[in-house]
Amino acid sequence: MDFKDYARQPQKLASGQKSCSGCGFPIIIRMAMSAIDRPFVVCQGTGCVSVTTTTWPFTSWKMPTIHSAFPNLASTAAGVETAVRVMKKKGKLKKDIKVVAFGGDGGTYDIGIQALSGAIERRHNILYICYDNQAYMNTGGQRSSATPYGAATATTPHGTLHHGKELFRKDLTYIVAAHDVAYVAQASIFDFADLTRKVKRAMEVDGFAFINILSPCVLFWKIPTSDAYKISELAVKTCFWPLYEVDHGKWILNFKPEHKMQIEAFLKPQGRFKQLLELRNRHIVDGLQQRVDRKWKELLFMCEKTKEKPEKKEVKKVKKKKIVKKPVKKGVKRKPEPKIKTSKTRSKFAKLKDKLKRKRR
Amino acid sequence: MKKKKAGKKPEKVKIKKIKVKKPPQPEWKTKPIGGMIFEAGNSLKYLTGTWKTARPITNYDKCIHCLKCVVYCPENCIKAKNDKKDHTEYQYCKGCGICAQVCPVKCIKMEDEDKFQE
Repeated sequence: MDFKDYARQPQKLASGQKSCSGCGFPIIIRMAMSAIDRPFVVCQGTGCVSVTTTTWPFTSWKMPTIHSAFPNLASTAAGVETAVRVMKKKGKLKKDIKVVAFGGDGGTYDIGIQALSGAIERRHNILYICYDNQAYMNTGGQRSSATPYGAATATTPHGTLHHGKELFRKDLTYIVAAHDVAYVAQASIFDFADLTRKVKRAMEVDGFAFINILSPCVLFWKIPTSDAYKISELAVKTCFWPLYEVDHGKWILNFKPEHKMQIEAFLKPQGRFKQLLELRNRHIVDGLQQRVDRKWKELLFMCEKTKEKPEKKEVKKVKKKKIVKKPVKKGVKRKPEPKIKTSKTRSKFAKLKDKLKRKRR
Repeated sequence: MKKKKAGKKPEKVKIKKIKVKKPPQPEWKTKPIGGMIFEAGNSLKYLTGTWKTARPITNYDKCIHCLKCVVYCPENCIKAKNDKKDHTEYQYCKGCGICAQVCPVKCIKMEDEDKFQE
């Protein structure tokens, strides 16, 4: 996919939706939907997407959509997919319709994880896209399990005693990959070609596909409105948000930065990490860097482990040369082998020592 | 054993039915159930362009028509025609400035909205 291909197509999400200026998720949705070239139904969970795009009586979607509550986005999508399958079986429907679900990190990492896990286990034919803005943004920026260490949120503010959220984030892409699912990927708006290719691949795959995308939030990450692209670029280049995919159990790394940047570069432009950059909190930043390095190493190991190795060529059998024993010359005496202390001789010495000790006493 | 009561049956009392005027239906009952919307993409009527504090101005002499700004505009208000950047729809532009940030030749400038108010 090219920038020009994107510009040629008709838009599937109309303008006039009410997200904050400079928000990341409309870019994600536009990019993802531009890569889909067949009819589809959209399911949207509660979150920034449903609040801003479908405020009654306006809707920005140009295709059928269904909105559901926080905990059951994946089960709603599963229901729609089953209905489509049954109607096709009965001959009422002839089009090949795919179901696409958009959920936020609150509805996917925390509240909706059991529905998601169930839908994966039942092998529904769904594409699930999670736009991860790392907190509950539409209710006022409360922390979620996707919030990284040290970030200030409404429920974990910076202060004299605490420095933001003091727990590490959950890695959902790993959790979904552990389900042995058809296709899992992690993407970013920084790489347009990569994101669209991943969505296309996810549509081809028969089975559950999951894509996790980082979506910068202007209001609670405390960044200028124009920095959504820049921040997501830094997240990729510091290896905080690596781009990779797991295709039927095969791990593939999509982007390897030439020079791995320090995590500070990602923390600095964001207001939510303001306190971590003070001198007294230096050890926390070092800890974060260590964790990112460890995760990166783990990922590289997984990619190396499941790499497809080229098949071994048949090696021609080489005839072994016969070893000719050299005749031993007569009259040459062999050197006597040096004596080695055996356990028996040692034990005798030890016994004697013991006896001597007893006598002295 | 209960003794059966002997006597007259009580006469039925006729109750007059009073006609009550139904209150006029509230407005929300006339709307479709479940908050359904039947018109696709009708948010075009809602102009978000009034929010902006800065306006992107493109210098078309400098522009190389790479269309990166078209892709990264969250509002999709930068339009292209025949693979070339054509115009910006200011009625939907929220003035975030991503297009100016992303532009490889820096031909887009953000200017104060106050200038254009009159």
